[in-house]
Amino acid sequence: MSATELDATHNHSHGHDDHGHDHDHPAWLAHHFDDAEQQFDSGKLGIWLFLITEVLFFSGMFCAYAMYRSLHPEIWTFSSQFLNETLGAINTGVLLFSSLTMAWAVRCAMLGQNRGVVACTGMTIACAAIFLGVKAVEYSHKIDLGLLPAGFYVPQVAHPEHHEGLSKWLIYFMVVPGLFLVVLTAWYGQAVATANSVQKQIAGPLSVSALCFFLGVGLGLYLESGEAAEHGDKAHVAASDSHEETHASDNHSEADHAKDGEHAKDETHAATDGAVSTETASADGHAEASHSADNEIISPDVNKPNAAGLFFSIYYCMTGVHAIHILAGIGVLTWVLVKAAKGQFHSEYFGPVDYVGLYWHLVDFIWIYLFPLLYLIT
Amino acid sequence: MAHSHANQHEHHEKSDGHAQAGHGHHGHHGFAHPSPIWQLLAVFFALLALTVLTVYQSTLDLGNMEIWASLTIATIKAALVILFFMHMIHDKPFNIIMFLGTLVFVALFLGFTLMDAHNYKDLIEPGSITPK
Amino acid sequence: MSAVVTPGSVQTAEHSQSHRPDPNYLTHTKGFLSWALTLDHKRIGLMYLVGILTSFLLGGILALLLRAELFFPGEQMFSNDGYNQLFTLHGAVMVFLFIIPSVPAALGNFLVPVMLGAKDVAFPRLNLSSFYLWLAGTAFFLVALFSTGLDTGWTFYTPYSTLTQGPVVAATMGVFILGFSSIFTGLNFIVTINTMRPPGMTWFRMPLFLWATYSTSIIQVLATPVLGITVLLLAAERVLKIGIFDPAYNGDPVAFQHFFWFYSHPAVYIMILPAMGIISELMSVHSHKAIFGYRMIAFSSVAIALFGFLVWGHHMFTSGMAEVTTIIFSALTFTVSIPSAIKVFNWLFTMYQGTVSLVTPMCYALAFLFLFTIGGLTGLFLGSLSTDRHLHDTYFVVAHFHYVMMGGTLIAFLGGLFHWWPKMIGKMYNELGGQISALVVFIGFNLTFLPQFVMGSRGMPRRYAQYDKEFEFLHQMSTVGAFVLGMGLFIAAGVLLSSLFRGRKAPANPWGGDTLEWHCESPPPFYNFLRPPVVKDPYDYSRLVYDNRVGGYVERPEDRASGSHK
Repeated sequence: MSATELDATHNHSHGHDDHGHDHDHPAWLAHHFDDAEQQFDSGKLGIWLFLITEVLFFSGMFCAYAMYRSLHPEIWTFSSQFLNETLGAINTGVLLFSSLTMAWAVRCAMLGQNRGVVACTGMTIACAAIFLGVKAVEYSHKIDLGLLPAGFYVPQVAHPEHHEGLSKWLIYFMVVPGLFLVVLTAWYGQAVATANSVQKQIAGPLSVSALCFFLGVGLGLYLESGEAAEHGDKAHVAASDSHEETHASDNHSEADHAKDGEHAKDETHAATDGAVSTETASADGHAEASHSADNEIISPDVNKPNAAGLFFSIYYCMTGVHAIHILAGIGVLTWVLVKAAKGQFHSEYFGPVDYVGLYWHLVDFIWIYLFPLLYLIT
Repeated sequence: MAHSHANQHEHHEKSDGHAQAGHGHHGHHGFAHPSPIWQLLAVFFALLALTVLTVYQSTLDLGNMEIWASLTIATIKAALVILFFMHMIHDKPFNIIMFLGTLVFVALFLGFTLMDAHNYKDLIEPGSITPK
Repeated sequence: MSAVVTPGSVQTAEHSQSHRPDPNYLTHTKGFLSWALTLDHKRIGLMYLVGILTSFLLGGILALLLRAELFFPGEQMFSNDGYNQLFTLHGAVMVFLFIIPSVPAALGNFLVPVMLGAKDVAFPRLNLSSFYLWLAGTAFFLVALFSTGLDTGWTFYTPYSTLTQGPVVAATMGVFILGFSSIFTGLNFIVTINTMRPPGMTWFRMPLFLWATYSTSIIQVLATPVLGITVLLLAAERVLKIGIFDPAYNGDPVAFQHFFWFYSHPAVYIMILPAMGIISELMSVHSHKAIFGYRMIAFSSVAIALFGFLVWGHHMFTSGMAEVTTIIFSALTFTVSIPSAIKVFNWLFTMYQGTVSLVTPMCYALAFLFLFTIGGLTGLFLGSLSTDRHLHDTYFVVAHFHYVMMGGTLIAFLGGLFHWWPKMIGKMYNELGGQISALVVFIGFNLTFLPQFVMGSRGMPRRYAQYDKEFEFLHQMSTVGAFVLGMGLFIAAGVLLSSLFRGRKAPANPWGGDTLEWHCESPPPFYNFLRPPVVKDPYDYSRLVYDNRVGGYVERPEDRASGSHK
């Protein structure tokens, strides 16, 4: 009880204090924590709990994926041809590299190397921007082809028209990053002019990152165009193959159509067993050549809104929510960058870098699963 | 409480067993564990190698094992990220148990739902609605 | 004002009060912004209290409207569509705006740090964000519901929710935001209890309210994100036409139910676990006897939290799940009743040979025991497949969940409110008024919901605006009961509100509790404790004795003299 009586007297002396601040708490140590380690441990536990909520959040979509893939494997097999593996692999490499730079940033923060934190966080943001650039290309390409969620899905044709110039959707996607690039570069210029070191450290990496978005776009365009030509060739070859078949059978009678139709169905069933490679999958669906040779609908059984469309619904949901998390990640990474530019981290206070790092690694973790599940289906 | 904080100031000067290349003089506090650079690079290159492996594996024809092979490689990559980049290998056991426990719940959710969906799929009649 | 008072120090305290009143958390800063931007968990708790009680009032008025409509079999004031909107609103407001936040946010926020002898929760700014998220979600939700009229039921089942014209997206976005409020609250409590316990408070020396809060927080963190993704996918279904719940696109509407109930079943444990924590405290303090079976209660709290994730399919027995799935879920449902039963027995044995004082909180606690037991037992009928086939979607279900959610959580919440009111507000209320409120609420509640068990088993379906004449008498009993219940709740509100103006000043320890919140003044100072107190057994009442001069409990003089202190 004497302790509480002491409280009563202390009460009066602290009565004027606004927040009962102990004078031995430095600015970076919150008043309700006793020491730096308790603050760090609390934050760590807190961020792990948040990551757990994120894992469960994504698990809903993984559940939908697992359900529909296991019930309709033929849809997955068909749809995977429209996803560019190379771009997916590049994005994976970029995110893995960003995880490396992020982990390095944490190391720098623990050692009090604030400049190192700025550099590494800057590189992480740049990688994120490249990722988003590639994604923008992927999305705009798909939107142009009509590879949309189920309700909007357009059945695919063998020879999609190649329009000249950039996709208009890609241009829409580039507007906001473009604005950022302009504003950030101007800010950087001003920082150089006023010799404001902190501002330079912030604006510099951020403008480079904005530029990296366009690097990603360029990379994506270069690789996507190569792939599209390849894909077009494959479909063309397959179409002409099946045309040879129909010509060889000598008449366009219904019996032949039925036979070809059955043939197609058999092949689709074979695809269901999952034992078919991509080439067979794109080749077999062309049997029903009832349309003109130029632009037939490929694999009509699966190539419709309630089949392939379902795949793309799940694709957009999963990659879309993932991309939103990347955007949020860029936001918090910027916050860490600013703090590091102001030199705030040292061996007893590096929590924010550590926690943002954990979040960023989770984003990478999710992508590690998304990549094979979406891009590497055979 | 003033006591323990004063102690921390003292610790600040000591460098303990976590001294890293060229930076020992910073005096690492007990709770900071900077990862060695070689470790970070090794994990990164391992992850890249595994990515190449998984792309290669997808070109092979493994039939039904396909998905399990991809998931296994993905899980190894994920484990590397979690253990080293997220330094779970140095973390409190509680955090590790919590995270792994979560995966149990995810498995529960997916498991029951998938099992149910597969059991009633034969009852589904194909729809006659033509989507617009 | 310390808990130890001698005539001399009383004078000193009063003297100092007239010159410089001790600042408590209510008075130490003034002005709207000092509340709107506060980081003090006690103020945040109070703001939540006002918010959720307002939501409860809204939900309650909706309930009375529903019951009034059902007084006669035919159509009275509302069309069938209007009735559908009414029960959707009632359910959604009560579940999302009131009952899920109620105990953790309003009482938990106030009590958790104080019970830990800490200065605040681990993340005070996150705590304030939780409150604003709750406000934002509420605003969103109410605008959505009052606009074009949502009539899907609070469960948003597909395919109706994907096809109907109503403001489903707005409502589900409101739910999404509210979900984050819940997640952040849970996250905050887990970290606070893990890292900010005072010296001497090992896990098994924590008050049971903290065990309950901890278990609840585990559920909040694990289950709520799944609700988040579910409503997001529902919104995407409507806006982007992703088709995953639409059979026309090879989607599966039952999948929605799996996703939805994976959260919503654990959600009911979010509702009941903190209430059970309150009852543990009330039973022990007001029986002046250590809680019986502390460890069993602690373990059963965690067990309920974990087992609660295994049983969600019991909401879907008649929805078209495969038979083997229904059998598995039914079996698992029976296991989850065991920890709850363990608790009920432990509370009973706590009272046995204790000195029970029938003050208002104890009256509510006794009501809880009776009502929750009925609610829990009737759950067994719903858990077994053969009976559920007949009882699903009848009034039996309605009565069951009102017994557990209202007879359970609300009653415990009221008991907790009356129990900790002196601590939070610093005033004592009219004891007789409180006891009368408990009695009227108890009678009204049973009159409302007991007939509903009968109607349900006789086939009266739920969510029906009109019904057959054979159910008329039971419905009328239920409606009369509802108004009696409403009256009881207004009496309770009146008692508490009038204490603000006319209550006598509360001592630090009016009931004789031994957990740490009773070791600071009523109301507490804004910093709670200057130094974390030393902790001993939280349920050892041998050290306390009633002191008439203070009107509350103090440490025994011998203990004071011998120098042993908390």
